[in-house]
Amino acid sequence: MASRSLIRNFCIIAHIDHGKSTLADRLLESAGAVSQRDMRDQVLDTMDLERERGITIKAQAVRLDYEASDGRLYVLNLIDTPGHVDFSYEVSRSLAACEGAVLLVDANQGVQAQTVANAYLAVEAGLEIIPVVNKIDLPSAEPERAAEELARVVGGDAADTIFISAKTGEGVDELTERIVEVIPPPAGDEDLPLSALIFDSYYDLYRGVVCYVRVMEGSIAAGERVMFMATGEKRDAAEIGVLTPGSVPMETLAAGEVGYLITGAKEIDRVRVGDTVTSAYRPAAVPLRGYTDPRPMVFAGIFPTDGDEYPRLREALEKLQLNDASLQIAPEFSQALGFGFRCGFLGLLHMEIVRERLEREYDLDLVTTSPSVAYRVTLPGDEPVEVRSPADFPAAGREMVVEEPWIKALVLVPPEHLGAVMEILTSRRGELGPLNYLGTERVELTCRLPLAEVVFDFYDQLKSKTRGFASLDYEADGYQPSDLVKVDLLLNGSAVDAFSAVIHRPRAYAYGREMVTRLKDLIPRQLFDVPIQAAIGSRVISRETIRAKRKDVLAKCYGGDVTRKKKLLARQKEGKRRMKMVGSVEVPSQAFVAALRVRD
Amino acid sequence: MHIPFCEEVCPYCDFAVVAGRDQLASRYGQALVAEIRSAEEWGPLEAVNFGGGTPSRMPAGLLERILGELSSRFGLREGAEVSLEANPEDWTLQKAESLAAAGFNRVSLGAQSFDAEVLSYLGRRHTPTQIVGAVAAARQAGFASVNLDLIMGSPSESAASWTETLRMALEANPDHLSTYSLTVEPGTILWRTVRAGASPPDPDRQAECWDEADRECARSGLVRYEVSNAARPGHPCRYNLSVWGQGEYLGFGNGAHSFRDGRRWENLRGLERYLDTVEAGRSPNRRFELIEGWAAETERVLLGIRRRAGVRAGRAGEALWESPRGRELHRAGVIGLHGDRLVVDRPLLTDEVSRAILAIPPPESAGLGNIPVPGG
Repeated sequence: MASRSLIRNFCIIAHIDHGKSTLADRLLESAGAVSQRDMRDQVLDTMDLERERGITIKAQAVRLDYEASDGRLYVLNLIDTPGHVDFSYEVSRSLAACEGAVLLVDANQGVQAQTVANAYLAVEAGLEIIPVVNKIDLPSAEPERAAEELARVVGGDAADTIFISAKTGEGVDELTERIVEVIPPPAGDEDLPLSALIFDSYYDLYRGVVCYVRVMEGSIAAGERVMFMATGEKRDAAEIGVLTPGSVPMETLAAGEVGYLITGAKEIDRVRVGDTVTSAYRPAAVPLRGYTDPRPMVFAGIFPTDGDEYPRLREALEKLQLNDASLQIAPEFSQALGFGFRCGFLGLLHMEIVRERLEREYDLDLVTTSPSVAYRVTLPGDEPVEVRSPADFPAAGREMVVEEPWIKALVLVPPEHLGAVMEILTSRRGELGPLNYLGTERVELTCRLPLAEVVFDFYDQLKSKTRGFASLDYEADGYQPSDLVKVDLLLNGSAVDAFSAVIHRPRAYAYGREMVTRLKDLIPRQLFDVPIQAAIGSRVISRETIRAKRKDVLAKCYGGDVTRKKKLLARQKEGKRRMKMVGSVEVPSQAFVAALRVRD
Repeated sequence: MHIPFCEEVCPYCDFAVVAGRDQLASRYGQALVAEIRSAEEWGPLEAVNFGGGTPSRMPAGLLERILGELSSRFGLREGAEVSLEANPEDWTLQKAESLAAAGFNRVSLGAQSFDAEVLSYLGRRHTPTQIVGAVAAARQAGFASVNLDLIMGSPSESAASWTETLRMALEANPDHLSTYSLTVEPGTILWRTVRAGASPPDPDRQAECWDEADRECARSGLVRYEVSNAARPGHPCRYNLSVWGQGEYLGFGNGAHSFRDGRRWENLRGLERYLDTVEAGRSPNRRFELIEGWAAETERVLLGIRRRAGVRAGRAGEALWESPRGRELHRAGVIGLHGDRLVVDRPLLTDEVSRAILAIPPPESAGLGNIPVPGG
């Protein structure tokens, strides 16, 4: 057991690609935790997808033994934080396990919105902040400017900034010394009843749920009976230990220490991030503060292109859920797309990651419907109902109150793109807040807007209109009433549920028009004329017609090539299998994907 | 009988043809003779077709010799159809007369169009006048049946041009008229041009061409008996009818196909390989396929529905008729059941029907279907 005064618990806050994982690698190296030979780049990112996207999805913790210049051996617990807006709850739990944070910024790109948002979280959590500018080896680097911006964000002095290159190792020793020097050792009383914070967990095929814990008070011993306070689940601490980064079992973990806990639990939703682990026999009086249930904000239907793949999709989603308590799934049936699942995600990136993993790791061909948010609909005399799918949204014309979720967004943008950003935000019903200049190069803009306006192609538009220079962070900001209608798309007179969308009324016509035009191009001609209509309730707001196909025949068929023509027809027939029958209209699965794709 | 030689390869052609290799003609003739001699007993033949390529480029003596070889090996039925394909520019009175004397009684002239601009787009070297001359030569030489091939709906062809082509073609008074929509076959020059951005044929425009041809042929006494073919009574092409009726045929030459005893095979496609193989005394036959059970039944219907008279519905036709897709096709006026015959009432949508037939799951007892047979 380490002496508490020699423990430093800290995390690194950084934007995607600002070099967090590379810095972690360097720290591990300098502590000798990983030999050069075993060193894979970016040890902390374990999933392939993380490695490829350069983002960290699940937080982890590594213990480093570091001999400081004062000659003493310190225990540094580096707690990795997820690097995206969708995972702000997980970030807040990681922060709660630390006493300090390294605020890392790319010397070239400067401060990004999400760095600011997480830095504010860290300040609120009372963490000691060490501002660090990375990538000073890059020829285009502007370290002083980045340092100036950092100082404005955390309210310090730019002179305190440490300049490093995680790539070459320059400045990393100075940083390590600073960590030991300024981050306070953890508080806590080993004699109090156990309370340990679960700041992350994952599912291991052989060992069940592995949780990462920070012991706040008391201590936990191997074999002890423990209780998870939010769920009431009681289990034995089958194994406890630390990661260096390989797992090293320990007899006890005491207040201030960070490690892992394995209880043999198989269901990850019984062991939730943010929950408090306590002793089953001598429980803490109150759980640690800050726990909330994982709450999805974005919903979308996921369907297999080939209906026969439904069981495989279910199996794959269930497997993903083992590792992801925030992914919610519920079976859904669509007349157009067949059997699938309505899934709830923390945000758009979360949705994208789930979809990509399903397609890549489980080799599934999927149709994903437009993402939507959870509306709160109140019919006269009824309780409010949460509506997560446009299909369940009441038909137009009924008297009702609809509320939609709003968010508070923070955008960082260079002043020359400020106009474009304001235009995007106001065109999406944004209520602009005050501007705050971070130096001359960057403006911080706050804005309230409906979440629904963000889930639909917002990022892409923001990126393209600011040439990639704007960054965004957001948090939920309650519900408020809104004038929303359901727009249905009808093919040959029957509504295609997968295309229905809930739209702000003034935009309904434009939306209907656009979808009708798109579908006309995407749906192949049939044996008969097919009208495509957009409608609000029974009122048609836009219409096009796909003219009947006139010719579909091979000109020639003679003895020479019966086999070849037959193969050609058989191939085309296979193509037909990838068609979905909507009423009597054949719609290629690709049309669903393309029609629902975000627009420019 | 496949004759692969051409002056130039037409931009839309994807047959096993060669240009500028005429010096191989006599070697090729020898190889055909050898292949015929080593074929199994069969016959007598009801129809002989020399296709290509451009059979009319071969010396008449060579064609005569090959036909003689066929006749002595298999025998020709009394009144058999003996047909060859010819390019108008090759088809002189002299050639027509010697081939008539050799026993040919039907010629299929690759007219394609009566519009010089369209002919040039199609890479053809003859003039509209040469077509008229070629028909006259065939008549004078005593050919009993003259066919004109036309290609419709090429991007270079206006509606007026097609109307004029049809008018001139019918005025030449052929016994048979084939009207094929220009198709873009993978790997052809046309395919590469289209891929590079040239406009492809417009299927709606081709549908209009087809409607017009159907109407005009009927007015001139030519009865359409298949999707792309119309003929005077007594003049439908027997060789083609046999294919659509799942009849048997033997093919000789590079890339030629055969179908006999439920087996289908094809010859080596490359000219040189074909020649080397046959000259070495080995068989050029490859890719044997056994067509039996459900595969044979669906193929019967696939081929048969190309005919205006349709096909006996049988198991596959009835299965189609009773399938949901079959009912839709019926509702849309694409197919009809006339007595026991399945008929495609909108011939331009025949491939919709074909795909629907191929999509019918084979019944349990239908045998194993298509099995490749190793080595034959």
